Amino acid sequence: MEHIVIIGNGIAGITCARHIRKNADAKITVVSAESEYFFSRTALMYVYMGHMKWDHLKPYEDWFWEKNRIELKKALVDNINFEEKTLHFSSNEKMNYDKLVLATGSVYNKFGWKGQELKGVQGLVSKQDLELLEENTRDCNKAVIIGGGLIGVELAEMLKTRNIDVTFLIREKAFWHNVLPLQDAKLISDQIRSHGVDLRHETEIDKITGDQKKGVTAVFTNSGEEIKCQLVGLCTGVRPNIDFLKNSRLETDKGILVDEFLQTNIKEVYAIGDCAQLKQPASNRKPIEAVWYTGRMMGETLAQTLTGNTIKYKPGNWFNSAKFFDIEYQTYGQVSAKPGQNEKQFHWQHKDKTKAITIAFEPTSKKFLGINTFGIRMRHPIFNRWLNEEQKIDHVLANLKQANFDPEFYTSYEKEIFKSFKENLQNP
Amino acid sequence: MSNLERNMSLTAEEPAKLSLTQRIASSIGLIGLFLLALTLTNLSFPNKTLFLSLSLGLITVGTIIFANDLYLGKPAGVKNDGVWFKSLSARGFWAWIIGISLTLFYIVLYWYPQYLGLNAKGANTGIISFFDPLSQFINGNPASQWFVYGTLYTVAILIFGYKFILKYRQNRYEVIRTFSVMFFQLGFAFLIPEILIRLNQPYYNPANIWPLNYDLFTDYKINTFLSAGNLGVIMLVFSIISVFIITPILTYKYGKRWYCSWVCGCGGLAETAGDPFRQLSNKSQYAWKIERWVIHSVLVFVTVMTIAVVYSFLGDSTSDFWLTRDVFLWGSAGFLTLLFAVILIFKHKELAKDAKYGAIGYLVIILAIICINYFSGNGNIFFFAGYKLREWYGFLIGAVFSGVIGVGFYPIFGSRVWCRYGCPMAAILGMQQRLFSKFRITTNGGQCISCGNCSTYCEMGIDVRAYAQKGENIVRSSCVGCGICSAVCPRGVLKLENGDLDGRINSEEVLLGNDVDLMDLVNQKSK
Repeated sequence: MEHIVIIGNGIAGITCARHIRKNADAKITVVSAESEYFFSRTALMYVYMGHMKWDHLKPYEDWFWEKNRIELKKALVDNINFEEKTLHFSSNEKMNYDKLVLATGSVYNKFGWKGQELKGVQGLVSKQDLELLEENTRDCNKAVIIGGGLIGVELAEMLKTRNIDVTFLIREKAFWHNVLPLQDAKLISDQIRSHGVDLRHETEIDKITGDQKKGVTAVFTNSGEEIKCQLVGLCTGVRPNIDFLKNSRLETDKGILVDEFLQTNIKEVYAIGDCAQLKQPASNRKPIEAVWYTGRMMGETLAQTLTGNTIKYKPGNWFNSAKFFDIEYQTYGQVSAKPGQNEKQFHWQHKDKTKAITIAFEPTSKKFLGINTFGIRMRHPIFNRWLNEEQKIDHVLANLKQANFDPEFYTSYEKEIFKSFKENLQNP
Repeated sequence: MSNLERNMSLTAEEPAKLSLTQRIASSIGLIGLFLLALTLTNLSFPNKTLFLSLSLGLITVGTIIFANDLYLGKPAGVKNDGVWFKSLSARGFWAWIIGISLTLFYIVLYWYPQYLGLNAKGANTGIISFFDPLSQFINGNPASQWFVYGTLYTVAILIFGYKFILKYRQNRYEVIRTFSVMFFQLGFAFLIPEILIRLNQPYYNPANIWPLNYDLFTDYKINTFLSAGNLGVIMLVFSIISVFIITPILTYKYGKRWYCSWVCGCGGLAETAGDPFRQLSNKSQYAWKIERWVIHSVLVFVTVMTIAVVYSFLGDSTSDFWLTRDVFLWGSAGFLTLLFAVILIFKHKELAKDAKYGAIGYLVIILAIICINYFSGNGNIFFFAGYKLREWYGFLIGAVFSGVIGVGFYPIFGSRVWCRYGCPMAAILGMQQRLFSKFRITTNGGQCISCGNCSTYCEMGIDVRAYAQKGENIVRSSCVGCGICSAVCPRGVLKLENGDLDGRINSEEVLLGNDVDLMDLVNQKSK
């Protein structure tokens, strides 16, 4: 029987394994050094905050794997011999494979700051990071978070639940402004501040200092200010976890280079999820998209190819979601942080600063390009359809109620939004 | 995992630590409780009205101050920080203390009411007589142990309902729903029946529907209705219409939530006082299997018991009343057979194999019992006299299951144990909800991140995530539509809806985002 080995038991690897099992009888082994069983990485924060226990993070009960004949191997892969098709584990064991799927995920960035190796300086990606955070915040009342992304704001929320003071240093002039348009970014900055986080815009780190015991004591900003702290959260993005593959025959750049079939330069070796870098991404898409949804979609796609139905990776319309303290965010289609000539944006904001939408459209054709929605839930299927149908912004706004996904009895804002659009954009 | 889940007492500050105001509020509430407890020692307060008001007032004020301090002045949002670190909500020391105390309270209430001051020969004493002023005021009689229980139950729903409303104040569905359960408890379950007593009418709560109200068609109840003139007849007719017309229509339109989390008193207590324990429900598939067998067995039990008591109430002669024992017995058999036949013929595709076997098995058992009785020709139906069955049902299901286990074990098994494993009303409404209803929880395209908040906080132990991560609607007979899964979802994935029957149950993977052709293919393969 053919042996398919998947390295990594995150959403990409596990989705791939499940879908292979649906279509084929192959022997499937999933290797992970991180955890015994698949868990939801996006929910790590909830364990720290006491919303859930570790077991709640597992989307499948433990019997699921044996029942579906998916073998789980807890081991760290040291290196891979692509000629002999063998994996070499740190325990000196070996494993043969016929087809190999690399789904090794991400690790957090370190940009060579002075003091980044001190105790109490860490990021938050893996289960081990969470355990370390538990350790590092045992005697901590002040933390500094560096970098304004999704993990940064999650870490801030986590630490606040333990009554730890947080200073949050970000490079942009508003939170996540490299992704969000300025008004949206400002809304989130306000939200973060309203939760008692000391958010500093346009502030970067210069160095981290420590004491004799190699524990962190302070962060110095680029303006020379010293912020005393016992924890430094490194949240300046992630990069593919591929260090163990360097110096091999495998073609890599930032990530593992793959073609449209998610195949690497080596036959029968594939890469999916955060660690994969598409050589030719679709227009408007990035070569590396380290989000849950793309990991899942790549897993779905590759499983088809591996079971005899060769198919290209063609993600549909971009979508994503997040939560910033109490504000939920969803996005469908393209909304640029800094729109150029071919994109105009309509922004509406509720006066209580917890709800807003930004709709992007082409100024000449009025074609709807995408939406960011904050504090108002919207229906994915409807926006997906409108994007496929290339609807105009007028249609989207006139039918916005159809797309509302808020719970029953919620106040609706479609009329107000429509009126604001008429006043601000249609009759300038 | 010990490292992740140990007690966090060494961090800067415990997340679960009480503020000064909360400590004062707790003291106020505990003084009120202490006054109540004192009456158990048969201490008689000089001015009962004053001390009863003081006691209930202090409990209420304490809870309100506590809730205000806990939730107001903080941004509205999900408030589950530290739930699994707190001893009370994570099956720790305080959970066991509360669980054992509640259990003991129920045991005394049901089987040893003399310890509460019930006195068969003279005036009551103790905590029961402590409630006399309120009972006199509302129904004109001295209090009984059930009046004490009803009052405390109502107070619990009101004060913890207030707390719940503050906790979920950002969510209008939760706020309105909670007002509804508070209203039905105070008005329908507590005041209306007591006032009816004052007016010399039968004790009757229109919202307490058979078979949850298993006593409704027993001989003494029917006699009370029939001897109470027109109003009594209206009550009896309304009770029958409730079972066969009102509940099916409302469940068709809104799902069983209209009852279980908007009207019902058991649900009301679970949603308010039980809210801190909702995460304790068992989510395993194994528990789901047990649930289905146990709850439907209770339904069969209550059906058989009710047929038996009505049978023994009725006469044999058509000259007295057209509905004789035989007509009733064969009518019931016919109705049940027809009902099962309709379900199996029109909905067989939607039933799992074990559901079909179970349904047929149960029907055969009921029909066999009816036949054995009929042809053996003795007056007893189902081998026992009807009143014996009712006694056993009252003891096993009415008291042990719904009271002692259902509420006493809140802090250990979660707040909906009775509703999930035991309530025959929930079983009937659940079948309707699964097979003939517009209600479902819609999953939002591909937005699920499998975080598990929905499953964790589902009080009915439904693994909501298992559906959401496949893009599948949640159509489960046990879902009471409390809406908390949707409320705690961080990505806006879940919405309770009443909609078209077409595509309501979609067992395909309909996750959005990926290549459309691929998803078609995935679904073809799974068919």
